[in-house]
Amino acid sequence: MIFRISRSCFSSISVKLPSFKVHHLELQQLPKTATTTSSELLAYYKSMQLQRRMEIACDNLYKQRLIRGFLHLADGQESIYEGLHAGLTYDDCVITAYRDHCIALLRGDTPHQIIAEMMAKQTGSTKGKGGSMHYYKKATNFYGGHGIVGAQIPLGTGLAFAQKYLKKPNVTLIMFGDGAANQGQLYEAANMAQLWHLPAIYFIENNLFGMGTSIDRASANTKFYTRGDVIPGIQIDGNNVFQVRETLKFAKKHCLEKGPIFIEAMTYRYHGHSMSDPGVTYRTREEVQQQRKTRDCINYVKNIILENKVADEHQLEEIDNSTQNEIDIAVEQAKVDPVPPSTELTTDVYVDNENHFIRGILYKDSVLPKSQ
Amino acid sequence: MQLLRRVYQFGSTKHRFASDIKSTNRQKMNLFQAINNALDIELGANPKALLFGEDVKFGGVFRCSQGLNEKYGTDRVFNTPLCEQGIGAFGIGLASVGYTAIAEIQFGDYIFPAFDQIVNEAAKFRYRSGNQFNCGSLTIRSTWGAVGHGALYHSQSPEAYFAHTPGLKVVVPRDPIQAKGLLLASIRDKNPVIFFEPKALYRNAEDEVPLDDYELELSKAEVVQQGKHITLIGYGTSIRVLREAAKMAEKDGVSCEIIDLQTIYPYDGQTLVESVKKTGRCIITHEAPQTCGMGAELSAFIQEKCFLHLEAPIRRITGYDTPFPLVHEPIYLPDKFKIYEAIKESVNY
Repeated sequence: MIFRISRSCFSSISVKLPSFKVHHLELQQLPKTATTTSSELLAYYKSMQLQRRMEIACDNLYKQRLIRGFLHLADGQESIYEGLHAGLTYDDCVITAYRDHCIALLRGDTPHQIIAEMMAKQTGSTKGKGGSMHYYKKATNFYGGHGIVGAQIPLGTGLAFAQKYLKKPNVTLIMFGDGAANQGQLYEAANMAQLWHLPAIYFIENNLFGMGTSIDRASANTKFYTRGDVIPGIQIDGNNVFQVRETLKFAKKHCLEKGPIFIEAMTYRYHGHSMSDPGVTYRTREEVQQQRKTRDCINYVKNIILENKVADEHQLEEIDNSTQNEIDIAVEQAKVDPVPPSTELTTDVYVDNENHFIRGILYKDSVLPKSQ
Repeated sequence: MQLLRRVYQFGSTKHRFASDIKSTNRQKMNLFQAINNALDIELGANPKALLFGEDVKFGGVFRCSQGLNEKYGTDRVFNTPLCEQGIGAFGIGLASVGYTAIAEIQFGDYIFPAFDQIVNEAAKFRYRSGNQFNCGSLTIRSTWGAVGHGALYHSQSPEAYFAHTPGLKVVVPRDPIQAKGLLLASIRDKNPVIFFEPKALYRNAEDEVPLDDYELELSKAEVVQQGKHITLIGYGTSIRVLREAAKMAEKDGVSCEIIDLQTIYPYDGQTLVESVKKTGRCIITHEAPQTCGMGAELSAFIQEKCFLHLEAPIRRITGYDTPFPLVHEPIYLPDKFKIYEAIKESVNY
């Protein structure tokens, strides 16, 4: 399955990709293998471990009530985010729903900023005003971070329109889940995208459950990659970082030449929908254990590393420890950061906030325009 | 069938106030249990009642529909996919052929995809068809209000958007006994009703709730505390805050009259006017932002009817005109201190 070409550090290793399922596309258009190098493998491993450990640290912080509100963890799905980071550039826009911590990490935020944001601290990515569901980064074209299911889909389609209008050689990755695939606004947006040949990648993270509802109890057609009707679609193994990467590269080319595409990435989340969901009332503990044992995305990369003697167990353990250390330091720093000052309540309501009268509960608490 | 219908008609007792209910057959329940009890009664008495929404089948994310699917079957208590617009419209369709559709929207913040259906379709159905059709047997239940950590999209109070739509009724209960009676009245009211349940009170509010089938009148406000110096008007979770503020004011010798609006629209203007004519001062409170909130409507109405009786301007102690914040929630919310300050200023005007 995995070929060893040479033992030197910079030699390439070829990885056979799992099969694809296609809709309105020819299978032979898609690659059968991916190439990688030792340093790339180690980079993927390190990055995915960082994501995993960050999510677990957030779980602990939530249980200590240092993070409050709603928290949706993505551990188990790291390869999707790693793959999108590898397959696209910072000039391509990314927009997603609320399971967005790992994307924020890969789009340039530090673990400290991300954890601080969840703890509603001033040093967080969005000044402590957004929380777990609302990460954004203008510099790397990450458009968030949305709480309302499906609302980001037409929004992302608008981004794709802008890219085409401005003749940019870039695409927009519009991410959503299997639950959101039943929102009417997806079909409105996809229709516009196909009509006007927009460079939009509709990326469905199918983790088999929309909160507690399994896909066959929510969707009449569970082949989400076909839900775009006349729009071509591909189904991939989201837990294979190489397949995600190669598919996105293919999708980018397709979008810039022809128009939108649907990609369904099969994956699994180890945690429940959010921290209020134990995640075992609608699936068995055995199923979760089984997924961890046989389909874990980090183990997949680890096995390639070990089989190709890129590193040994000891070296990988060192990487694990260093990522854990990085997260621990970020957590400790975030714990002592201050919350945003009360004046932040009334900022950023309008673009020229200083010129606006923001009514306070008592007139004397109102924010008066600067001119007065 | 005839017998069943008669039982249904006479089975329920209608009351103006919860205190009118003389039943000793009561059980300690919190808000979600009271809602559950009301739904159970309706599903049992009315074979055409259906309950549906996201995650309703296993009991609901707040346990309001616990045990109902097991009792009444999936034909009557069932899940929908994740599509609020679909849920709202589906409910309108069911209601228009005579089913009692009880649709659940998991969080009030998510009601907006269904906004067009509710405002354009449900509210105007009877009017535009010249009373040939209607969706009066539709009730939309949704959760409402701040819960301590809900932030932007799990804390909103959207009642004002719907109160601005003639053809709809909007109801917000303050505790379990009211909730059960008002919900049963809302379901059985022959107009589409939006019933907002304060999520912060699901577990926190407890009372000895009568187990009978009873309804409390819609469009009737209740004076929950008599007073003579100032009228405090609120609904839902705000009633608790008003009680606390009134206690603080009592120490200063100010006697506060607290009114629970109960039905937000169409509201009981008469009770409000009678009270303000007596006290001459008024404060209205709600969590929703100030501009064009219910406080605005009630202020305009009360000053129109009680102008010469007013000793001080009518005050609105509400949320700020900002999106519902994350960590700034305690500053944003109209708490007892802000209301107490307003009482002081009003009395000393």
